[in-house]
Amino acid sequence: MRTEALHRNAVILAALVAASVTACAQVTEDQQKQWLGTPAASSHIGHLSGNAKAAAGDYRRYCVVCHGELGDGNGESAQWLDPKPRDFTLAVFKCRSTPTGTLPTDQDLYETIARGLDRSNMPPWNTFTTQQRADLVAWIKHYSPRWQTEKPGTPIEIPPEPEVTPGRVKAGRDVFARVQCWKCHGAEGRGNGPSASTLQDDLGRPILPYNFAEGGRFKCGSTDADLYRIFMTGLDGTPMPSFADNIKPEEAWDLVMYLRSLQPFPSKEKAIAKSLGLTPVSTTSTGP
Amino acid sequence: MVSCRRFFVAVISLSCLLASFTPSAQALPAFARKYGLRCSACHEAWPMLNYFGQKFKDNGYQLMNDRDSPIWQNPSYWPMTLRITPYFHRESTDKLPDVVDAPGTTNPSFVRGLTYSGFDHSGLDILTGGTLEKNISFLLVPSADETSAFHMESANVRFDNLFHSSWFNFKLGKFELDNLVSEKRILTLSANGGAYQLYHFIPAGDANIFGQIGDNQLGIEWMGHSVNDRTRISAAIMSTTDGSPDVPYGKNAYSGFFAASQAFDVGKLGTDRIGAYAMVGQAPTVFLTSGGVPIPSTGTGNKSFSREGFVGQFYFNKLNFQVVTQHGTDSAWFGAGFGNPIDNPGFPNNGPGVTLPAGTRNPSWNGAFIETHWVENPQLVFIQRSEWVHMSQQSIPGTPSNLGNTDNYVFGFRYMPLMNNRAGLAWHNEYAWIRQRGTALDGSDTTSSSVMSGLDFDF
Repeated sequence: MRTEALHRNAVILAALVAASVTACAQVTEDQQKQWLGTPAASSHIGHLSGNAKAAAGDYRRYCVVCHGELGDGNGESAQWLDPKPRDFTLAVFKCRSTPTGTLPTDQDLYETIARGLDRSNMPPWNTFTTQQRADLVAWIKHYSPRWQTEKPGTPIEIPPEPEVTPGRVKAGRDVFARVQCWKCHGAEGRGNGPSASTLQDDLGRPILPYNFAEGGRFKCGSTDADLYRIFMTGLDGTPMPSFADNIKPEEAWDLVMYLRSLQPFPSKEKAIAKSLGLTPVSTTSTGP
Repeated sequence: MVSCRRFFVAVISLSCLLASFTPSAQALPAFARKYGLRCSACHEAWPMLNYFGQKFKDNGYQLMNDRDSPIWQNPSYWPMTLRITPYFHRESTDKLPDVVDAPGTTNPSFVRGLTYSGFDHSGLDILTGGTLEKNISFLLVPSADETSAFHMESANVRFDNLFHSSWFNFKLGKFELDNLVSEKRILTLSANGGAYQLYHFIPAGDANIFGQIGDNQLGIEWMGHSVNDRTRISAAIMSTTDGSPDVPYGKNAYSGFFAASQAFDVGKLGTDRIGAYAMVGQAPTVFLTSGGVPIPSTGTGNKSFSREGFVGQFYFNKLNFQVVTQHGTDSAWFGAGFGNPIDNPGFPNNGPGVTLPAGTRNPSWNGAFIETHWVENPQLVFIQRSEWVHMSQQSIPGTPSNLGNTDNYVFGFRYMPLMNNRAGLAWHNEYAWIRQRGTALDGSDTTSSSVMSGLDFDF
């Protein structure tokens, strides 16, 4: 059941990416100029309204060197960067609050700009004003035809975070084993699972899984809710799938607690795991 | 006496002005190479920092994206940048002592103008900087003047984000003061426009060279800032040496520099910032002598000085203003010419029994400049600066109230046809005009002008 769901997600995502690649391969500069004047090339974040045209100067000053004039991720620095800059013409984004395969909300893009993406060359651009960021979100949306025809997905619901208990941390370990997080992230969360060395992103470039033991920020945020969101929406464009069909909300919180125990910082979760004597999950079977 | 002082003032002022044309501004393609960013990501117009560049600097030359440690760099990466500016220039001064026809003259009738032009080159900056480890940064800038005489422009190590807080950063060594409008990032380069007069102003007859906030200083600095750099605050303690090594002046003379600023989002216009700064310090006036010659490092008899003012950076889309004000005060002893017999053996030494001339007062002055930039795009910027420094109180009674007042106007543009993540090239054009009141031998004003056109490049 789990495997089927994962395969189904992967197939849907691959089909979407393939469709995007096919569609975007034909994107021309003239089309992008045309899209610049459409309602889709705007953004709405709270009380802010972003105007794509107002961001042209900032994009040219700050972004073009990596993301390129056409937003295709082929800026002059792209050849030196790993991971490669985001290709906006595909409109496939890692950090979303929306289900896998859907477009992110304006708020998602807005927050990504300010937060940056750890373990990449994308720094936190939190020196921009809120208006500048809103304008840049609108600008990003003029690069892909997907914004002309699709609406962003509906953000997933994140239930209130329950209290950390030994039972939940232990249950989280079971989830970690059951959905085979260890295959990529390793039994101890060190990013060294048996599949780690074979992973590629959707464009065929090697990619590494997150190393929990290193303790760096997560790609899409640093809070428990961010971690919950990451594995429930997946990181589109990467091998990290959405587990929304495989993990119930309460199980997701259990997993968050167990993953926290794998990080090197002192935490209640880590103390509980130690007191319980939790050992790394078995990597020889699919059970705990 | 007044004529003699004017002569010295004229000579020293012109020497300072010409010597000031060592564009040791700090723009590092080494950082651009490291992070794959263009100059424009950090520079409003190279080398002037924008907010992102200021935050990058405040974070210890780190983007804070886990790619800051040198371990992430290709082993062949060498964090070094060279910068120099070949140029053509024309310099003109209307009233100089006629030392050819009347060597050593102080006679007011022997003054004449001087104009010359030619091809030239600036000094050389060798800029190296980056991280020794995550959250330990450095900057080392050996710099040569145009005659290839080297000095150490910057040499410091900084411990960044101590206790995982952006409010705890400590720097030790020779460093750029935390000026919001830093002369090290000035966009103008000519002999008469390549420095902020306000940052180097010394009243006529005054001998205090230690209050020059445009110069890098030797000391230790604490700096803190909010995560998005909107709030910045710093305090530094420096040896009162104007950045000279070997503590050549006072035995126990220190100065402090303090700065704080706050930025505000102003919607579609961008981000504006206002702040204040102050430099307070003491410098020696009493030196031991040997055969009448002052001995370095023996200075005592510290007297005080201060510089304080407000700073603003205001953005209106493509137009931005930098405004700096300053009120400066020196001890009456400096005003009377005491304070630096080491560099100027002819200046008086405050030895036993020496008293101030009757009625001598603390010299004070007020100044301001407004620098305007029209940033058409990251590759083309038009520059204008108007600067005024006027005495509010002369030290010696009877001195003309406007003696030494300085007005400076600069216009220019920089076009950067080449601006990538490896190198920068700017075609720089500038005209600067300066007037100093009453500093000619005949008591009239001295005016000078510069015209330059050059290629400012780094790689």
